[in-house]
Amino acid sequence: MAFEGLAERLQSTIKKITGKGKVSEQDVKEMTREIRLALLEADVNFKVVKDLIKRIKERAVGQEVMESLTPGQQVIKVVKEELTELMGGEQSKIAVSDRPPTVIMMVGLQGAGKTTTTGKLANLLRKKHNRSPLLVACDVYRPAAIKQLETLGGQLDMPVFSMGTEAKPVDIAKKAIEKAKEEHRDYVLIDTAGRLHVDTELMGELDEIKAAVKPDEIFLVVDAMTGQDAVNVAESFNDQLDVTGVVLTKLDGDTRGGAALSIRAVTGKAIKFAGMGEKLDQLEPFHPERMASRILGM
Amino acid sequence: ARYRKVDEDFFEELEEVLITADVGVMTVMDLIEELKFEVQRRNIKDTEEVKEVISEKLVDIYYGDDDQEIETLNIQKEGLSVVLVVGVNGVGKTTSIGKLAHKLKAEGKNVMLAAGDTFRAGAIEQLEVWGDRAGVDVIKQSAGSDPAAVIFDAIKAAKSRDVDVLLCDTAGRLQNKVNLMNELSKVKRVIEREIPGAPHEVLLVLDATTGQNALSQAKTFSEATDVSGIVLTKLDGTAKGGIVLAIRHELHIPVKFVGLGEKAEDLQKFDANAFVYGLFADILDESNED
Ligand SMILES: Nc1nc2c(ncn2[C@@H]2O[C@H](COP(=O)(O)OP(=O)(O)OP(=O)(O)O)[C@@H](O)[C@H]2O)c(=O)[nH]1
Ligand SMILES: Nc1nc2c(ncn2[C@@H]2O[C@H](COP(=O)(O)OP(=O)(O)OP(=O)(O)O)[C@@H](O)[C@H]2O)c(=O)[nH]1
Ligand SMILES: [K+]
Ligand SMILES: [Mg+2]
Ligand SMILES: [Mg+2]
Repeated sequence: MAFEGLAERLQSTIKKITGKGKVSEQDVKEMTREIRLALLEADVNFKVVKDLIKRIKERAVGQEVMESLTPGQQVIKVVKEELTELMGGEQSKIAVSDRPPTVIMMVGLQGAGKTTTTGKLANLLRKKHNRSPLLVACDVYRPAAIKQLETLGGQLDMPVFSMGTEAKPVDIAKKAIEKAKEEHRDYVLIDTAGRLHVDTELMGELDEIKAAVKPDEIFLVVDAMTGQDAVNVAESFNDQLDVTGVVLTKLDGDTRGGAALSIRAVTGKAIKFAGMGEKLDQLEPFHPERMASRILGM
Repeated sequence: ARYRKVDEDFFEELEEVLITADVGVMTVMDLIEELKFEVQRRNIKDTEEVKEVISEKLVDIYYGDDDQEIETLNIQKEGLSVVLVVGVNGVGKTTSIGKLAHKLKAEGKNVMLAAGDTFRAGAIEQLEVWGDRAGVDVIKQSAGSDPAAVIFDAIKAAKSRDVDVLLCDTAGRLQNKVNLMNELSKVKRVIEREIPGAPHEVLLVLDATTGQNALSQAKTFSEATDVSGIVLTKLDGTAKGGIVLAIRHELHIPVKFVGLGEKAEDLQKFDANAFVYGLFADILDESNED
């Protein structure tokens, strides 16, 4: 394919520059060109790439590089710093409410991995934090969505609250909180139906649930294979709901995962967890630095 | 003014619009080169004219030297046709099968579904709901059973019930999972063995939201199952699915259907001209506002 060897090309450009005692404008131009291609090929959003390249260019011809004894190495450092900075720091903590239950709501596009991640989070909360979550089936639209969550609940031997497909999601969520209080459950994990960010009616439904149950966390679940559209999706969900964090799923695949960079850049919200498989123990803390290298193919 | 000049700015904007549509940076850069050449050669001055050339070029990339007539589903006039549906997780395989069942049934075909996803929680029940909606039978075994055995059963049942089209669902799998890809090849071999010439279609379902990884999906699934067509789903959002251009160009796999929603009717035949126009239509809207 057209891009095979892009990472190699990038690395050789970087290698060339690393050893240099003096970095010319031409060197910087060549390097940023390769970086731009690598980022676009990794699905980092066009505008995000543009801004990033501008910053790298400015810094690369600036004082810190020019006055450095090893300008080549300094340029590389700038690139890594800018990328990692964009990705944000490590942030895999989950909120704890001082008035239990802590409520977590999962939102995102269709097929992103919300239901699976709901199960994974429940598993993590019990295993690592010794908590007892209640899973809540608020997807009344997708065929057998409730059954899917119930099956995951069964695999985890954890209760799932549902009211069938006739009830309104907001009512299900409210009832679930009451139930959790009665049963002294300390976490409530609300699975919602997948929806398009441009579907005003269904986006409004999420607003309604949020207003009714005041979640401590709203996780935007995003497929790591998402392309340029990731910014539109993340921006819309965040504008509407002010999400508290992002879960990036399907990172066990071979995608470069540039969506991570785009989402972080446009929302400023941390990517907290990475989905690493279909099984319920395959959720990991997100490592920004590793992701930065992965995106560049290095 | 309604017309804007075809200058360096225009090309820069076009590059942005196409990359943002997931067409892929290399494809876009090649295209822009060619366009510039063409614009000069034909002495094109305004965007109304250039838009035709862009369409032409994009359609050229898409079709290449391929036969343009392979968009339709390969359904036999006589006897059982088997359609195997494959793809990565969550792209819309099961839903697309539901939509196809609905469509084929409406065309008077006797349709049957095979619940070949025995892995994902609730997958069998999900397919059963779609079977109910379309009013067609679903052949299943219990969760966790061997998918190849389910498909084998389904073929037997389809033959004995005089079925025209058997649509086989499979579990989503990422293309870098070698074991799972081998499992898929095995399912295909079972179909081949039971019916000469089958599967008549292997449909790869791609999510339009997907970026450049879709090319890798198309490659690897083709190696494992010899994909004959693509269903491009979720085009009802803001994603454009531009990567199918490169897929058709490099791997010669045609898009056969597009998914435009979650309902049974939300499946349409692919129209290359309308599709490529959608990839860059944004730039023309903007230029009209100027
Ligand atoms: N390989 C892999 N598959 C995943 C991961 N997370 C989820 N999946 C799979 O992705 C598919 C979709 O997951 P779901 O949890 O059903 O997604 P969803 O967002 O709830 O989907 P809707 O409710 O239809 O919007 C399923 O096949 C899951 O098994 C992951 O981290 N890795
Ligand atoms: N908006 C929109 N949603 C779609 C479309 N096609 C499927 N979906 C939704 O995408 C989600 C996943 O669809 P499925 O059919 O379960 O996908 P799948 O490929 O079978 O998933 P796995 O079996 O888990 O790998 C569901 O919520 C569907 O309703 C489409 O064309 N547009
Ligand atoms: K997806
Ligand atoms: Mg779900
Ligand atoms: Mg499925």
